[in-house]
Amino acid sequence: MDVFGSFALVLAFVCAVYAFGGGIAAIFTRHPLLIKSTRQAGMATCGLIFVATFSLEYLFFSDNFSNAYVVAHSNRDLSTFYKIAALWSGQEGSLLFWSFLLAVYVLSVLVTYRNKNGELMPYVGVVMAGVQIFFLTLNNFVASPFKALASPGADGVMNYVARADGSGLNPLLQYPEMVIHPPNLYSGYTGFTIPFAFALGALLARYPGEKWIHLTRKWTMIAWMFQSMGILLGAHWAYAVLGWGGYWGWDPVENASFLPWLTGTAFLHSVMMQEKRGMMKVWNVWLVFSTFLLCILGTFLTRSGIVSSVHAFAQSSIGSWFVGFLVLIITVCFGAYLKNRDYLKSENQLDAIVSRESSFLFNNLILLVSCIAILSGTLFPVFSEWITGNRISVGAPFFNKVNIPIGLLLLFLTGVGPLLAWRKTSTESLKRNFGWPLGIGLVAGVIALVFGFREIYSWVCLILCVFVASTVGLEFYRGAKVIRARAGASFLASAVDLTLRNTRRYGGYIVHVGMVFVFIGLAGAAFNRDLQKDMQVGQTMQIGPYTLLLQGFDSKPEKNYTAQRMNVEVLRDKKPLMMLYPEKRHFSTNEQNGTMVAIYSTLKEDLYVVYAGDSPETNLPVLHAYLNPLVKWIWLGGAVVVFGTLVAMLPNRRAVLVLAGAPQPAAQPLAHGLTPSVTLREGHD
Amino acid sequence: MKKQVKFGVGIGVIVASMGFLAWLGYGESKTYYHTIAELPTLTGAAKGQRMRVGGTVAPGSIHRLSGRIDFVLEGEGKTLPVSYIGSDPLPDTFVDKSQALVEGHPSPDGRFVAEVVQAKCASKYEAAPGGSGGAVASSPQRSSM
Repeated sequence: MDVFGSFALVLAFVCAVYAFGGGIAAIFTRHPLLIKSTRQAGMATCGLIFVATFSLEYLFFSDNFSNAYVVAHSNRDLSTFYKIAALWSGQEGSLLFWSFLLAVYVLSVLVTYRNKNGELMPYVGVVMAGVQIFFLTLNNFVASPFKALASPGADGVMNYVARADGSGLNPLLQYPEMVIHPPNLYSGYTGFTIPFAFALGALLARYPGEKWIHLTRKWTMIAWMFQSMGILLGAHWAYAVLGWGGYWGWDPVENASFLPWLTGTAFLHSVMMQEKRGMMKVWNVWLVFSTFLLCILGTFLTRSGIVSSVHAFAQSSIGSWFVGFLVLIITVCFGAYLKNRDYLKSENQLDAIVSRESSFLFNNLILLVSCIAILSGTLFPVFSEWITGNRISVGAPFFNKVNIPIGLLLLFLTGVGPLLAWRKTSTESLKRNFGWPLGIGLVAGVIALVFGFREIYSWVCLILCVFVASTVGLEFYRGAKVIRARAGASFLASAVDLTLRNTRRYGGYIVHVGMVFVFIGLAGAAFNRDLQKDMQVGQTMQIGPYTLLLQGFDSKPEKNYTAQRMNVEVLRDKKPLMMLYPEKRHFSTNEQNGTMVAIYSTLKEDLYVVYAGDSPETNLPVLHAYLNPLVKWIWLGGAVVVFGTLVAMLPNRRAVLVLAGAPQPAAQPLAHGLTPSVTLREGHD
Repeated sequence: MKKQVKFGVGIGVIVASMGFLAWLGYGESKTYYHTIAELPTLTGAAKGQRMRVGGTVAPGSIHRLSGRIDFVLEGEGKTLPVSYIGSDPLPDTFVDKSQALVEGHPSPDGRFVAEVVQAKCASKYEAAPGGSGGAVASSPQRSSM
């Protein structure tokens, strides 16, 4: 099976090279058969990558311990669930998995547009094949997952050897999130290849109009959604597994996943400027280019360990390949831009500072500032070593100092931006749109002050969260009221109807509400508390409203590990509430240890309990308890963001009945976003 | 023209204030990397800087004392005694022969006082570099994929 898999990979490489070379020839000759055959070569590449991936999975499931990768990342007792995840638990498998997910996207694109956009698709196909060639090169020649274990025999010939059992999967990865987090994040990373291929293809082809933006909108949103989920699932994994009570540590690998999200978010907003007003064309093209570059950079940082926080670890040779690829992409993008930049000329200019355009401009600006700050902070050790010879790193204070104000500014724009009119917004409409929300926000702020809220950033965040939620609420209310008046349905049904008529606009609002939830959760971090105590059976410790009583200990042998559990009873107001079982796990296959945190999570706060080992002095077990307010809102917000993104991807439902005879809102710039007729507007906002 | 000036000022204010904050954060958190061999050669101000030092935990050298954990780091044929005084529990991967990165200050008596310790288990079955990158390799206390 390993021969089968590696053969499939070699064939995939050959097909990708044909799709690339033949595609370029097809662009010049325009020969229909050549175009068709290169497209089919692209599809075949994807099919062969699927075959290779499944054959590696097969090796895991059949416990084939003659394969080096399987030996390093699995063992017989590993559960089925984690044998799937073992595929992406190491270098070689992760890179194959990258190719696999990219192949899913590429195949979908090739099939979806097989009979459409004939002028553009050959270019897109060539770009996609180019990216595939790079990863297939790594899969085939640099980091093959199909290496067999072999040792030289007496006659000097290499003989296959098989181990009796593998060395097992890293305990840190034996956690449900680790099965779903990497696929999500990788789907994000790989997904941005598609908008990149269309943007570069359209630029090379001088493809007229904004069509590439319309074509890629859904692909971009899919990638963005996966990236968002991947980041949050990663944060949740760090929270639930690493046992330090936090979810984000500005680690290089975390930052790497966040960078393309920032530029991707900027892109999702600024495309509207191009669609509506024909502006920012150069900007948009470069945002897509940068997003893709950052995806590759992210994979590079994760895989090469170049700025790994523990810098001596896992410096692998793969880095130079990535650097080469990054340089190549930048060169190609820059060349294409210089050659065809006249095609990206802006049709309009900014009119006023209080306008939708300027809110997008500032949204983009601060997202980009944040991205640059995080990027430079992450790469600081590398660059400082080059320039001064000293390897200097920056830590959390650096990232927080810049990104907290940026986050708050962004939150403010989230509330303001969507309600500003294009071109210019009048004072009158500002009052109508923002009077109430601002009032409600400030009232919430005053109430918080009265109740002893003293953390400035969290306080501002609270006001802004209430403000943004109110603006969105007001939008839904106004829109639904009109539909209700005309159709007579219930308020909720009217709101649903409203959303379905303009999914892009109202889906976007739902995403914004999700982000508000995330911000609520982040603001809670200012009030985290923790306490550590050596515990005897029968002893208690008090944290916030909770009393923790150590009832006893037990040992739970599982198939793949042995767990030492603390049995902790949680009491609230002297009434028993529940049991928590923080664990220490010992994996005998690879002699490694793991921690399992126990969390009692409510919307108000998380009670987070860790078995922190045994105290060296007293020999007693140490219980480390954290009280983290509002954390659950972050995960909840993530779910809402995903839901909103899905809504925004739905096609609009035509509102024929109500639309009839509606007055054109465009005549009154004042009325934007306010009057009933606005909800009936065509198109997207 | 007036419009452009307004935008310019807005953009300038944002960028400048972020730059200022970044500079503050940089000053507060910059950390130098040094090797164990480099430590004794540092002089003057360089000694007082916050720094990170990497090495391998000497087998049998971990002693858990009250309020601190002592151990010895080895690297390039030199050794460095370390006292960990942080409050977070040490990562599960911190054991004999594991690779560790300590962050803190050298003290005048030659010990290194660490506030943060990150560790990676020396891989038992694989050749160390390049084997299992990413989340697996760099799984210190506070990292994720």
